[in-house]
Amino acid sequence: MIDELPVALQQNPVLSTWLRFDNDKVVVQTGKVELGQGISTAIAMIAAEELNVDIDQIVIQTGRTDRGPNEFITAGSMSIEGSGMAVRHACSAARSFFINRAAELFEVEPATLRIIDGVIINPDGNEQVSFWQLLDGKQLDFEIEGKPPLKPTSEYSIVGRSTTRVDLEAKLTGQPAFIQDLELPGLLHARVVRPRNKAFSLTAINTSTVETIQGVCTVVVDGNFIGVIAKTEFAAIRARQKLIDLAQWQTDSDKALPADIAKFLREEVDTSLLVEDGLPTETPIPPRLASNSGISHAATYFKPYHLHGSIGPSAAIAEYGQDGHLTIYSHSQGPGLLRGAIAQVLGMEIEQITVIHAENAGCYGHNGADDAAMDAALLAKAYRAHPISLKWHREDEHLWEPMSPAMLVELDANLVDGKIMAWNADIYSQTHMGRPLPFGSVSNLLAAWQKNDPMPQAEIRPGMAPHGGIHRNADPYYEIPNKRIIKHLVKDTKLRTSSTRALGAFANVFAIETFMDELALASSQDPAKFRIDHLRDDRAIEVIKSMVSALADHQFQVHDQWQYGKGIAFARYKNTKTYAAVGVVLGVNVETFKIDLLHAVIAADAGQVIDRDGLENQLEGGLIQAASWTLKEAVQFDEYSSTCENWDSYPIMTFSEIPTVETIILDHPDEPCLGAGEATQGPTPAAISNAIFDATKIRIREIPFLPDRLRHQALVM
Amino acid sequence: MIEKKSRTLEQDNLSDVNLSIRLYISCNSQLRTHIVTQYSLNVNGKNHVIDADGNTPLLYILRGELDIKSTKYGCGTELCGACRILVDGNLLFACTLLLKDADKTIITTVEGLTESNKPGALQQAFLDINAGQCGYCLAGILITADKLLEENRSPDRREIQLALDGHLCRCGAHNRIIKAIQSVAESDDD
Repeated sequence: MIDELPVALQQNPVLSTWLRFDNDKVVVQTGKVELGQGISTAIAMIAAEELNVDIDQIVIQTGRTDRGPNEFITAGSMSIEGSGMAVRHACSAARSFFINRAAELFEVEPATLRIIDGVIINPDGNEQVSFWQLLDGKQLDFEIEGKPPLKPTSEYSIVGRSTTRVDLEAKLTGQPAFIQDLELPGLLHARVVRPRNKAFSLTAINTSTVETIQGVCTVVVDGNFIGVIAKTEFAAIRARQKLIDLAQWQTDSDKALPADIAKFLREEVDTSLLVEDGLPTETPIPPRLASNSGISHAATYFKPYHLHGSIGPSAAIAEYGQDGHLTIYSHSQGPGLLRGAIAQVLGMEIEQITVIHAENAGCYGHNGADDAAMDAALLAKAYRAHPISLKWHREDEHLWEPMSPAMLVELDANLVDGKIMAWNADIYSQTHMGRPLPFGSVSNLLAAWQKNDPMPQAEIRPGMAPHGGIHRNADPYYEIPNKRIIKHLVKDTKLRTSSTRALGAFANVFAIETFMDELALASSQDPAKFRIDHLRDDRAIEVIKSMVSALADHQFQVHDQWQYGKGIAFARYKNTKTYAAVGVVLGVNVETFKIDLLHAVIAADAGQVIDRDGLENQLEGGLIQAASWTLKEAVQFDEYSSTCENWDSYPIMTFSEIPTVETIILDHPDEPCLGAGEATQGPTPAAISNAIFDATKIRIREIPFLPDRLRHQALVM
Repeated sequence: MIEKKSRTLEQDNLSDVNLSIRLYISCNSQLRTHIVTQYSLNVNGKNHVIDADGNTPLLYILRGELDIKSTKYGCGTELCGACRILVDGNLLFACTLLLKDADKTIITTVEGLTESNKPGALQQAFLDINAGQCGYCLAGILITADKLLEENRSPDRREIQLALDGHLCRCGAHNRIIKAIQSVAESDDD
C-alpha cells in the first residue's frame, strides 16, 4: 500500500521524479540539499546499494524547484529518514521493474537474475542487459504502486560501511564546488550595504560619486536597502566601501537592546505553554510541583546568543531574464520555501521563479542564505538580463544572520530514596523559527523589511510541533513520575533569532544533564548509575555504558598546576532520534582557570548505519562545534547592535584547542535509521560542565565557560 | 585599507607567523610607491601578465582573472585562513595582499598541489580519510599543511595544531585534518 511508503515518496510517487537514467549513470534527484553534512554521499550509498550499481555510477542532484521532488527543508536531522528512505524505496521499485523486464526478455524467472553495476545478467543463458538498454532513452515515468521488496540488510555491501565522500575531491583540488565559484555568461558582481542594526534607518545617501567609479553598473537604493552592481568584484567592493562612507543613518531609540538578557527573557514573556511528552498544549498551566520530603534541589542555566558562524559568508546569484523569469542560485536549506517567500516579496507568481541549490560553506541552520538570495533577486530585478552574483562580506553575515537565541532554563527537582519524584522546568527563550516561509503579507526576509514599502516581519508564534523549538528535548528522557515543564516564549524581535543546529536541545540538554549530575551528587550516587537507574530503554543504557567504559580506559598525562576531571552526559535527540552519550576529560589551570579539553568519547546509536564514516564525522563535528559554543562563544552587544563583526570579536575554537575524540557506533542494522547530525550538540556542554566540577568543585551553569567566570565562581563558592 | 587592517591586527595579539606576514606586506607597500598597470605573476607554474588596478587584493585577481577558484573569501581580515596561499614560499593571505605587492612573485594554490590533474599526495590523504565536511576551509589548510611538511617532514599532533591555528574550521573536522597531515608525514618516513 502506498501509505506504507516514506511520506516524501507518497507526495512524489512518480519514480522519474527521483531517478533519471542517462548515459550509463543514475541521477538521483533529492529534494534535500548538501550543507557539508554529507547527505549526498549517504544518499548515493543508499541508491547504489538498492539498485546494485557502483557508487561512481550515481550522480546526486540536490534540491531545485524545476526538477526532482520538493522536500521543503533540509533541517532537524531528518534527511536520511525522509529523503534517504524515499530514495531507497524508489530504487527498490526501479530494481524490481528492471528485473521483471529482463525476466520477460530472457524468458526466465526473475529470481534467477543477478545485477552487477546496473547490468542484469542471466547466468543460465549467458545473456545480459543494462538498465539503460531496457529503458532505451525513456525514463520511469510511472507511479510507485505499493511497498517494493527492499533488499535484505544481510545482503548489504555498501550501506553500513564507509566510503569516500562524493563531493570532497572537487573541494580539495580547486574545482568549482561552491556557489561563489559559479561562472555564468555575462555575470556581474554585487555587494550590499546594510545598517548596523534594526534600530538604524537611512536618512540620506548621495550615490552620484559611486556611480562614476570605473566598472560600476548601477547603485540601487530602495528604502533602507542599498546595493551596487559592477563588472568586477573589486569594483563592487570599492563602491560598497564608498557607499558605507556616504550613508547617513538615524537611530530609533525605541529599539535599544536589553542590557540584562536573563532579566529580559524572564520579564518579557508573551506566551507560556505546558509541555507534555514533548508536545506543547493549551492545558492551563498547573501550579509548581511541591515536595515535603526527600531532597530538593534547584538550579538555573543560561546560554547566550550564538552565531551560526559559517566560514563562507552568504551568497547568491540571480538573473531576471528577458522573459520575466527569475532564476536564483542559493545555498538555502529550503529552495521550494524560498521560492514562495521571494515570489511574495516581489509580487510574482511562483511559476516565474526557479531556485537551484548551490553549496556554500556549512550553515548549521538558518543563516544569511535566504536573505542573500532575496538581496540578489532585488538587484537582478533592478538590472535585468544579467546574472548578478551577490556576496555578503563577513560583517554582513556576523551582524545580520539570525542568531541562535539566548535561553534561560530553571530546574528544580525532588528526590526520594535516590529517585526523582518531581521535576519542574521553566524554559525562557525567543523564537527558534524565523525561516522565510511563504506567509501572507508578511516576510522573514531581511531585504523585505528594509526595502521601500517594507513588509512586516511575520508575527512570532509558539512552535506547537513535538520537540519543536524552545521545547526540543525539554522533557527529560528519564522515568520521572511527575513533571511540570513550561516553555516561555518572548516574542520581542529587536534581536533577530532563528534555527541553529539542535535548536532548544542544546540549552535544554545542557541544563538537564548538568542537573542530573547535581542530583546524583546531592544524593551521593554515581552519575552514570543514577542516569541508568532512571532509564527503561536498553539502547539508552547501552550507549551510556559504552561511553563510560571507554572514558574510564582513557589515560592522559597530568601536569603541575592543573586539576583534572571527567564528566558525562546523555540525550536521545528529540527523545525519538539518535542516542548519544558524551564523556570528556579536561584540565583546569589552578592559576589562570584556563580549560584544556583533552579528550572526548562519543557512544551513539543511530539505528541502522548508512555511512559509518559520515556518521562519525557528524557526531564528532557536532561535539567540537558544541564545545566551541560552550567554552568560547557569546554575541556581545552595545546599545543597539551586536559588536561581533568578525572572528576577533567572536572567537571560536582553534586547532590547538580541540580535544582528541573517540567515537563508538552501536549499529542496529535492522532498526530504522535515525538522524544524527544534531545528537551530540546537547550532551557536550553538560559533559564539560560536569568535568569542570569533577576537577575543581566549581559548578558552572552559564555559557560560555570563560576563565573569568570560573574564577568568579571559585570566589563565591 | 592596509594600514587600518594592520592596526586591528596589532591589537589582536596574533601569532608570530602573522606578524612576519604583516611586516612583509607593509615593507612591500613602502618599496613600490609608483603605480604600474601591468603585473606579472607566476601561479602554479604558469606565467601571467595582469592588467589591473594594483590595489586589487590578489584574491580577486586569482578568482576573477585567473579562474583559480580554490582560494576563498572568508573574513577579509586575515582571521580565518580560507584564502591562504604561498607567495615566494611565504604563507600569505590573498584577501589582503595587494596585486602591486605580489608583482613578480611565484604563487602556489591547491590547484598547484595536484599531480597531472589528479590529487597530490597531501590531497589524497585528505580524501582517504574524508578530512572535511563542508570543505570551504580546506584549500587554505592544505597550503599551510604543505608548507609545514616542507619545513618539518614529521610534525607531531601539537606541531600540526599550532601550524593550523590561523585557520578556522566550523564543521569540527579538525581531528581528521590533523590525522590526514600526520598520515602524509608518517608515509614520508617509510
